[in-house]
Amino acid sequence: MAGENPTTTEYIQHHLTNLTYGKLPAGYERYDGTVLEADTWTMAHGSAEASAMGFNAFHVDSLAWSFGLGVIFCALFALVAKSVTSGVPGRLQNFVEIIVEFIDNNVKDMFHGRNPLVAPLALTIFVWVFLMNLMDLVPVDVVPSLMMALGVEYHKIVPSTDPNITLGMAVAVFILMLYYSIKIKGLGGFVKELTMHPFNHWLFIPVNLFMELVGLLAKPFSLGLRLFGNMYAGEMIFILIAVMYSAGLFFGLFGGFLQLGWAIFHILVITLQAFIFMVLTVVYLSMAHEDH
Amino acid sequence: MELVIIAAAIMLGLGALGAAVGMGLLGGRLLEGTARQPELGPMLQGKMFLLAGLIDAIPIIGVGIAMYLIFVVAPGVGA
Repeated sequence: MAGENPTTTEYIQHHLTNLTYGKLPAGYERYDGTVLEADTWTMAHGSAEASAMGFNAFHVDSLAWSFGLGVIFCALFALVAKSVTSGVPGRLQNFVEIIVEFIDNNVKDMFHGRNPLVAPLALTIFVWVFLMNLMDLVPVDVVPSLMMALGVEYHKIVPSTDPNITLGMAVAVFILMLYYSIKIKGLGGFVKELTMHPFNHWLFIPVNLFMELVGLLAKPFSLGLRLFGNMYAGEMIFILIAVMYSAGLFFGLFGGFLQLGWAIFHILVITLQAFIFMVLTVVYLSMAHEDH
Repeated sequence: MELVIIAAAIMLGLGALGAAVGMGLLGGRLLEGTARQPELGPMLQGKMFLLAGLIDAIPIIGVGIAMYLIFVVAPGVGA
């Protein structure tokens, strides 16, 4: 992998595998032939090992990047919040105010309940997801080859191309949805809504329950996979364009323009996906707050 | 093994077909609405982008899974 230049499939495989730290079962034959006597927590050397780790494996790079971006978001906004002046605001403060007001207006006309958590949650989701998606604009080879120089074999810098991250956020929103539904409507009200909703008659309870449960489970699933699908497809196209660079000068030049065009279009996709994730979260929470 | 590629192609094709028809209708309605009331242009455009993202959702999930099929399942990596 390191010496000779990789084939196309190897190149694509390399850019799609995460840096995984997990538990390899005893008796598993490592990539260098050593057989493990006991369960060992170690870095995976290739996707074969990563999948052998099964459930107890962590994508170190996605976690590190998403956590780091979250810290950057909190630090930046906290810094501005502390030094806010009603006199002559600095450029950074103007920028942050624009975002906060944009989110506030959106949440005001979408969310009909009274809950002080929703607007900050919407702001966090919008900016955090936007920052995570923004990493997709970094050229594909920059960080992985840098990391390779440091000895880290696999590295994916865009956290939102990792289904674990996006589905994790979607499940968190789902838990909030359930919590507020039960809190506002009461357990009885929530169950009544699930069983009685379309056809208000006890005979239709199985039908209602089936339809409502499918609808309820579809929300987090589509919320998470929509962000994952968009960013994964976007990153895949960046990788495919990057493969064109190795195919001679003409394709390289053509690839350069393609990369530029796709990156510019991708800026719209990035903001749009973050906005949609935020809008749907607020809409789902406001549905949870409806009290008939 | 070739069936995986055909499966991925069908997923991509049908998803794109649905999204294209949806976007076409959406764009047409946007132009109609803006032509009828030009002052609502910006608001309609905002809503159009939101709905374009929602229409894109299922086909793009199909694209994501199809690419997973093509680049991970087809070469049999990590299987």
